[in-house]
Amino acid sequence: MAAGTFAKYVAVRAVTVFLVIVIALYLAILVANMGGYVDEIIKTNLAMEIALKYRGPQWQGYDRAEIERLVREEFELEVKLRGLDQPFLIRSIMHLRSVLTLDLGRSEYLTSDTGSRFVKNIILERLPVTVMLFTTATVLNFFIGMFIGLYLSRHHGGKLDKLFVGLTPTSVIPGWFYGIFLILIFASQLHILPYGGLVDAPPPTDQASYFLSMLKHMILPLASWIIAAFFLGGYSNRTFFLIFSTEDYVEAARAKGVPPRQIETRYILRPSLPSIVTTLALTLVNSWGGAIITERVFNWPGLGTTFYTAINLFDSGVVIGVTVIYAYLLGATVLILDILYGLIDPRIRVGQGG
Amino acid sequence: MSERGAEYGWKSAAKELFTYKSGIFGITLLILLVSLSAYTITVIPYDRAVALWRGEDEVWIETPRNAKPYWFNSFGMNLPETIVRESSNVGQPGIIKVETPVAGMNTKLLHISFSFDYAFDDFPSEVNLFLSSKYNESAPLLKVYWSKPGTTEIELLTILPRSKDLRVSLSIDSLVTKRVQEYVVSILGGQPQILLSVEQALFAVEDETMNSTLTVKPLKGKYKLTLEGTLYGSDSDVDARMIVYGKVYGLAGTDHLRRDLMIALLWGTPIALAFGLTASLTISLLQLIIATISGYYGGKTDSVLQRITEGYMILPFLPFLIMIATFYRLNIWIMLLVIIGLSIFGAGVKSTRALVMQIKEYPYIEAAKAYGASSKRIVFFYIIPKILPPIVPGLISSVPGYVFLEAALSLLGLGDPYIPSWGKVIQDSYAAGALYKGHFYWVLEPASMLILTAFAFSFLGFALDKIVNPKLREV
Repeated sequence: MAAGTFAKYVAVRAVTVFLVIVIALYLAILVANMGGYVDEIIKTNLAMEIALKYRGPQWQGYDRAEIERLVREEFELEVKLRGLDQPFLIRSIMHLRSVLTLDLGRSEYLTSDTGSRFVKNIILERLPVTVMLFTTATVLNFFIGMFIGLYLSRHHGGKLDKLFVGLTPTSVIPGWFYGIFLILIFASQLHILPYGGLVDAPPPTDQASYFLSMLKHMILPLASWIIAAFFLGGYSNRTFFLIFSTEDYVEAARAKGVPPRQIETRYILRPSLPSIVTTLALTLVNSWGGAIITERVFNWPGLGTTFYTAINLFDSGVVIGVTVIYAYLLGATVLILDILYGLIDPRIRVGQGG
Repeated sequence: MSERGAEYGWKSAAKELFTYKSGIFGITLLILLVSLSAYTITVIPYDRAVALWRGEDEVWIETPRNAKPYWFNSFGMNLPETIVRESSNVGQPGIIKVETPVAGMNTKLLHISFSFDYAFDDFPSEVNLFLSSKYNESAPLLKVYWSKPGTTEIELLTILPRSKDLRVSLSIDSLVTKRVQEYVVSILGGQPQILLSVEQALFAVEDETMNSTLTVKPLKGKYKLTLEGTLYGSDSDVDARMIVYGKVYGLAGTDHLRRDLMIALLWGTPIALAFGLTASLTISLLQLIIATISGYYGGKTDSVLQRITEGYMILPFLPFLIMIATFYRLNIWIMLLVIIGLSIFGAGVKSTRALVMQIKEYPYIEAAKAYGASSKRIVFFYIIPKILPPIVPGLISSVPGYVFLEAALSLLGLGDPYIPSWGKVIQDSYAAGALYKGHFYWVLEPASMLILTAFAFSFLGFALDKIVNPKLREV
């Protein structure tokens, strides 16, 4: 296929992804401002604050009409300062433009640990905490699933294989749910692991013990995610490998006398790599977004917890900021995967038709 | 496909289902859950369940807080049950109510006493006294006495019930607390190491074990609570009700608001089934229709629908859902609509479209086209029935996902405010620190129900998958 077609393919995909991000973010802005209703709340609060200010004893001697004029003037100034005098439609579009350029603005109530009100700082402080836990979980799950899958496909039909297949349906239970049980057993009953949080309280002062304390707090959330994916991960990899191992070219290689190890690495693993990588990449990005509930169960102070707190405080700035980050991360991942796919597998390239 | 053929297909599939252990397991669980739902809906109507769960009219006044299930006592424990004595119910043993008029004066002397046997190995959780009084001139004057087995009476407090209905919480009343502490000091001859709670002091064995809450033991035997009072006016009267709250209640126990957890456990079943099935069914069917239209018509329609699907994949589902649920405080059915709206263009569209692309080339479709069947007819009567069976296992297996989604939203405090669901019980227990305090039954009961429901559908779906996709059977 010509290079031009491929460039066109990439361009089409990039434009689609970008358009989707724009629409998703605009929807997020609409929802997080309740279609402009939050503006009204802010305005009412402002009006009340200003009216209260002019009720103090120092204003007692003033004429009532004069005070009313002052209140009105200050209210209008404050409204103008916040840009609330513009209609919501225009404000939302302006908001969209700044958000798209990653200018996330300031929060209403939340602050970062360093005291910053910039949404960007709040997110940058929390994102690593989330990524650390859930990337570890996803990567561990990936390798565990791989090894179990390979092992079972080698010994398929055996006792262990049958047990695994039988237990696969238990994987419908999500990680956070197992988390509750783990807390019950290891924190509540046995008292050997913490209930949740990032580190012990008070936080250890030297780096080595801080790190160890963090590791200790990571055990239960990690375990909950591993247990949740254990059977399904092994089973789906096993089935995947088995289906690949019945392909004609594998049979042919076997007939030729290629050693089993080599068949596994060259004839089964390599062709199945693209879809395995896709699954891994999407799971990774989704894990950063879908971890809100696990973070809540384990009190893990990551992006999910921040998102949840911000929502409960109606802190639209932070809510939109976090959504922007999720949307960009997901969009970028999908786009990169599409490009890689197009490069690796000619069957998928656009223009070929279904 | 003739009707008879279809019938045979379903019948044989059902028969085959029972050859799989997972199929039998799933079906059994499902039948159990469905009958439980039917039972619940007929025995506790919806309005009644909502009213009970909101605790209207103080329906839960007689149940203890955080009581364990009753059957805990079958496992070698001897936890106290709730004891209720009511003076208006004189027929009950151990209740005495006497009113003696004082000669020459318009007053009466009142004597009420409740005696009861206490033979449990733990202390009660609370002791409350409810007084309903009737008077015209001045309020009656009442004194409350307490006597333990084999000891003399102690005076607990003096009450002047100014309102018609009065609740005296002996366990937290400051005067009673002070009086009881003095009593403990008088027995020990000094301050105890750790202060006893009122109900511990009232029911304790009177020796040095009263020194601390760790060593104190309940005394078994006959207890008596006495009310002595003066009533002014011939038509004045006082009735009392004493409740010694236990630590066990019902089959499921109670929560921090004294509510019987059984109601939430029962009502959670139809809600979970209805929510999960509706979500899964609607989403699967809509995805099926979209995929078929996209695959069959091709061209512009296809590419627009496919771009929308790809767009949906980038949309952060959970953050969006949580955002909408928080800002608009949804009830459970609107939430269901939002979930459906956020999922109709999901990943299922892509895989089903691939199937449609294959089927589209089948001879019977060609034949239908040849005799002039409309596109609409082909899509809805020829293609969709053909691809329906392969998506059924997925449909069944995805039910638990939605049930857990509802539970997760409840856990974040975004659940329906009125309906008692399993997720809400877990959220309540979490918020009240059940795991820290050791109220494990509170978490484990709704959790087991969730697991049972999840297993019913996932095992059934797993078995169906093997029947519908024979390829899986070989590997």
